[in-house]
Amino acid sequence: EAENVPPVIPTPHHYLLSVYRHKIFFVAVIQSEVPPLFVIEFLHRVVDTFQDYFGVCSEVMIKDNVVVVYEVLEEMLDNGFPLATESNILKELIKPPTILRTVVNTITGSTNVGDQLPTGQLSVVPWRRTGVKYTNNEAYFDVIEEIDAIIDKSGSTITAEIQGVIDACVKLTGMPDLTLSFMNPRLLDDVSFHPCVRFKRWESERILSFIPPDGNFRLLSYHVSAQNLVAIPVYIKHNISFRDSSSLGRFEITVGPKQTMGKTVEGVMVTSQMPKGVLNMTLTPSQGTHIFDPVTKLLSWDVGKINPQKLPSLKGSVSLQAGTSKPDENPTINLQFKIQQLAISGLKVNRLDMYGEKYKPFKGIKYMTKAGKFQVRT
Amino acid sequence: MTDSKYFTTTKKGEIFELKAELNSDKKEKKKEAVKKVIASMTVGKDVSALFPDVVNCMQTDNLELKKLVYLYLMNYAKSQPDMAIMAVNTFVKDCEDPNPLIRALAVRTMGCIRVDKITEYLCEPLRKCLKDEDPYVRKTAAVCVAKLHDINAQLVEDQGFLDTLKDLISDSNPMVVANAVAALSEIAESHPSSNLLDLNPQSINKLLTALNECTEWGQIFILDCLANYMPKDDREAQSICERVTPRLSHANSAVVLSAVKVLMKFMEMLSKDLDYYGTLLKKLAPPLVTLLSAEPELQYVALRNINLIVQKRPEILKHEMKVFFVKYNDPIYVKLEKLDIMIRLASQANIAQVLAELKEYATEVDVDFVRKAVRAIGRCAIKVEQSAERCVSTLLDLIQTKVNYVVQEAIVVIKDIFRKYPNKYESVIATLCENLDSLDEPEARAAMIWIVGEYAERIDNADELLESFLEGFHDESTQVQLQLLTAIVKLFLKKPTETQELVQQVLSLATQVADTPGLRARGYIYWRLLSTDPVAAKEVVLAEKPLISEETDLIEPTLLDELICYIGTLASVYHKPPSAFVEGSRGVVHKSLPPRTGSSESAESPDAAPSGVQATEQPAVIPTQGDLLGDLLTLDLGPPVSGPPIATSSVQMGAVDLLGGGLDSLVCLEDSAAASHSPGDGDCAHCVSVAVKCFWSTNLPGWRAPKGSFWEKLQGFLVSLTQVWLPAMKAKGLEISGTFSRQVGSISMDLVLTNKALQVMSDFAIQFNRNSFGLAPAAPLQVHAPLAPNQSVEISLPLNTVGSVMKMDPLNNLQVAVKNNIDVFYFSTLYPLHILFVEDGKMERQMFLATWKDIPNENEAQFQIKDCSLNADAVSSKLQGSNIFTIAKRNVEGQDMLYQSLKLTNGIWVLAELRIQPSNPSFTV
Repeated sequence: EAENVPPVIPTPHHYLLSVYRHKIFFVAVIQSEVPPLFVIEFLHRVVDTFQDYFGVCSEVMIKDNVVVVYEVLEEMLDNGFPLATESNILKELIKPPTILRTVVNTITGSTNVGDQLPTGQLSVVPWRRTGVKYTNNEAYFDVIEEIDAIIDKSGSTITAEIQGVIDACVKLTGMPDLTLSFMNPRLLDDVSFHPCVRFKRWESERILSFIPPDGNFRLLSYHVSAQNLVAIPVYIKHNISFRDSSSLGRFEITVGPKQTMGKTVEGVMVTSQMPKGVLNMTLTPSQGTHIFDPVTKLLSWDVGKINPQKLPSLKGSVSLQAGTSKPDENPTINLQFKIQQLAISGLKVNRLDMYGEKYKPFKGIKYMTKAGKFQVRT
Repeated sequence: MTDSKYFTTTKKGEIFELKAELNSDKKEKKKEAVKKVIASMTVGKDVSALFPDVVNCMQTDNLELKKLVYLYLMNYAKSQPDMAIMAVNTFVKDCEDPNPLIRALAVRTMGCIRVDKITEYLCEPLRKCLKDEDPYVRKTAAVCVAKLHDINAQLVEDQGFLDTLKDLISDSNPMVVANAVAALSEIAESHPSSNLLDLNPQSINKLLTALNECTEWGQIFILDCLANYMPKDDREAQSICERVTPRLSHANSAVVLSAVKVLMKFMEMLSKDLDYYGTLLKKLAPPLVTLLSAEPELQYVALRNINLIVQKRPEILKHEMKVFFVKYNDPIYVKLEKLDIMIRLASQANIAQVLAELKEYATEVDVDFVRKAVRAIGRCAIKVEQSAERCVSTLLDLIQTKVNYVVQEAIVVIKDIFRKYPNKYESVIATLCENLDSLDEPEARAAMIWIVGEYAERIDNADELLESFLEGFHDESTQVQLQLLTAIVKLFLKKPTETQELVQQVLSLATQVADTPGLRARGYIYWRLLSTDPVAAKEVVLAEKPLISEETDLIEPTLLDELICYIGTLASVYHKPPSAFVEGSRGVVHKSLPPRTGSSESAESPDAAPSGVQATEQPAVIPTQGDLLGDLLTLDLGPPVSGPPIATSSVQMGAVDLLGGGLDSLVCLEDSAAASHSPGDGDCAHCVSVAVKCFWSTNLPGWRAPKGSFWEKLQGFLVSLTQVWLPAMKAKGLEISGTFSRQVGSISMDLVLTNKALQVMSDFAIQFNRNSFGLAPAAPLQVHAPLAPNQSVEISLPLNTVGSVMKMDPLNNLQVAVKNNIDVFYFSTLYPLHILFVEDGKMERQMFLATWKDIPNENEAQFQIKDCSLNADAVSSKLQGSNIFTIAKRNVEGQDMLYQSLKLTNGIWVLAELRIQPSNPSFTV
């Protein structure tokens, strides 16, 4: 299977480092000792850039934009040394294709290659270009948390951790200097910052102080580890049994909200890989739609919103291959969900201030909690 | 209107059409044409014919067009070096362009054109760019120096670019500093001795300042460079650590890991009493944990490194067990690594959780993973004594699932548990016996037989069980046969009355029918032992076995220390030092951890003791399956054996010789053959080095071997005694030693493969890299039976010289790859030149004279050898033994002059004159 291909493959003369994304392998061939993480990080950055430029990253897209792809790669790497990997700078060097620009270029014969050295590239703030101007000055921050968890048969948490990020979309004129403070900064003991964040200030005052890049960027990512108590917002009640004697099994799951601080759980999706011995499933959901693929043995149930008064459930029977013994392994249930307006770790932004510019910007902060790798064993 | 249209033009006459378009007056058409050319290039079509037309488009003010042309140029310049010169002018002009973007682009592209003729023209523009006012150009030029160095190192040194590059380390712009460091590091890697980056407190300070300001990639270069620095005392180490720690919060995982490397290395110098030491330990855990939430590829590399870190400093992650729990949709390569680390972190405090997890994994779908999980349970039992009972009951539960491979794996590990805790869990034997029939893998069968033999007195029907195995004796693998033999002998010693027939049956099977020397040898030993002195036999065979050690696959401490210095590199992914696998390792410098400073030594000792002791004990690890050999070893040393005790290390060979009497095993023959010719080899090797004056009368002009050193080398390689080529440590337990020999016109490589690992090795194959004389294996490597742990096998591999040729340095260097079911291993060795001296190396006298005169002076070399008291005749006959022939002999002024000739397999003649003074033991020219 493609996703099980190891990322480092030795050959007699070279090493192949690869990442697998969007069903495409991106491979780097290296001849000498290079830190593999360096290469793999870079490859991921290349994929991110393609996605940023073309909206999607697919074989077709790469073919359709082969010239831009070439030009971008040229800007990103020089003889094995990364050059410009900041999307802000790249976009000044090579303009991303848009339908309008393609039309204009065809008519006027102009190009999508910028002929000016990106201004920010060598300044003290290489991530920001100078001379930015907006009529509506706005700064939005999204606090997004993903819960990775493994829940055991009896419903108790084996491990749970939160991967959080603060993504920003900042469209501010000039050289704004922002500070962002939290109600409970103590939660953030394991953080990775965008280079723009002044680390010293954080160390001493637990305040994020930075000159933001222009546009979209990830301000920081953080990790709330398994040792802190992580609230689990949903639970699954399950009763899945395969009996030895008969070729029929029982299947019943119910999803319910747990610690949601009164917010609605939505976008719920349940998937589960059934054992090989399962031939088919006859199920009735109380809401949503479900599909069982008898070839891949994948059951997926698109639940939608959870109404706490009427818990969604999926019940029915499982038909097993006759004559074989019952499957040894019990299926693991994978859960996806979203909760708006909630950061499950409890992280809250206190205030956002701007210095260095005169105008009053429009500010906004949104919270969201999602399931990451959320697995329930049965 | 997408670019994919460029891919679709595949009609005939395409090149012609493109040519026309490229020469079109319309800019737009030109650009479209170049794009089509680039697209064709991408899919591998040869568009080199368009070179002049594309280069013509180079002089343009359209930046996009210029970039595309440069792209084309980089790809095809090498195949059209003469044409490429046409581009030089434009480069020189572009390097003066007012737009820094264009200057940088030109200097960047220049460096990628690997054509010798061009490089000279590029020096001047490059020099200007290195001093350019714009830092963007300077930083691009810095990288260009590294590129140029790769093409022509001498030129770069002569032009003084290296000094300019060093100056750039003090540049005011951090990006320039980072790129200068990167370029210097790359150059230094290919010239380890050059001491380019001489790091001192001042330059370190500059680097640390630049670290805060440059890009993420620059930070990686700087951190990797810092890691090579050796602080002068613990205070300096601490201050560097303090300035590096903020990098642990970087979003780029490669920056984080490089920072971890610096900290792990410098921490070694800090006293453990220091508050700062504890703080640092605490700071290391979160970033490592965070790496595990990244993409799976990053996770994998991180996990391989964490594996090293937890072995070196288990305290860092001891509370983080849970993050290593496996998610069911992790890729298999991540799962296996996580499992490994879980076992390393297992302790009494967390064992309950770990066991519950492992049990969960044992019911998953992926067979490899399940097997490893079951094995892990066994390892936990052995590591954490308090948990042994729980582990055993977990294993029993798993056996009840009756899943075939789970049962087999469980039985193998239960055997190990028995060895660690003898006489404790025998109650489970009954359950194990129920599953006897389902075992179909040799390792599991062997384990089960071992258990039956070891506890024969408690198993009522042990004789029946073993007898049932004996029926299919011929079809069993050697591993199982050996175990069966030993188990039945054990049974006999415990219950002599009922099992006499059985033991006779197995002994005769082992000694008469089996064709494995090891098995026969063991059979004979038992036979003699039992027939001469049964009491002694009991003492020997049923002797108490040493307990197996706690942890098996720990990395040997010195290697671990070296690998810690390579955190984040390929070496850390493969857990091998770079010298073991980096292609053409250009003199890799061994790195070592800095010593802790003296003052802290005494203070830390109480704390350091546990880990230190653990580390030193590791080399004494007893392989868990060593009991086979354990039995044998005790036998050999036991007094009742008639005949002299054997002092050789090759226990099995010796045993065959001693006890086998009339045994004419192949091994024995080979052994003696090797023994008889190796002294001879040594002897003739000695003689060859007497050949004093050597001329290369070569007909290959390219063969300008460095003459002076040639002799030194020759002497070096003439030692042809068996050497260890591949130590077991570097090859997952496979040890290879061997020698080369030449017998009647054929060259052979005599190898001894020894399995020092815990698992059976099979599927051996061998391959040579291209070498100076085209040596290649003439037949595949044939190892008939899989190699069981602690067994060794001798193979003589015939060689020929029809392989492909590539000049090596030293000349007689041979790089060999050996593959087995575990991995591929590489080693290099020097072969003695005289194996290449062919039998028809005797030159006609006239011809000799003629050639002798024609030898140009520069092909001449002289050498003097002392302390060789042989007379001319003896020398001549000895030399003849290794195909160096005497053409003529004269006596001038009381000195014997010998004229010698020899011919190498590739047709090169070597002529030599020997002058021997009888009175003086030294031979002169």
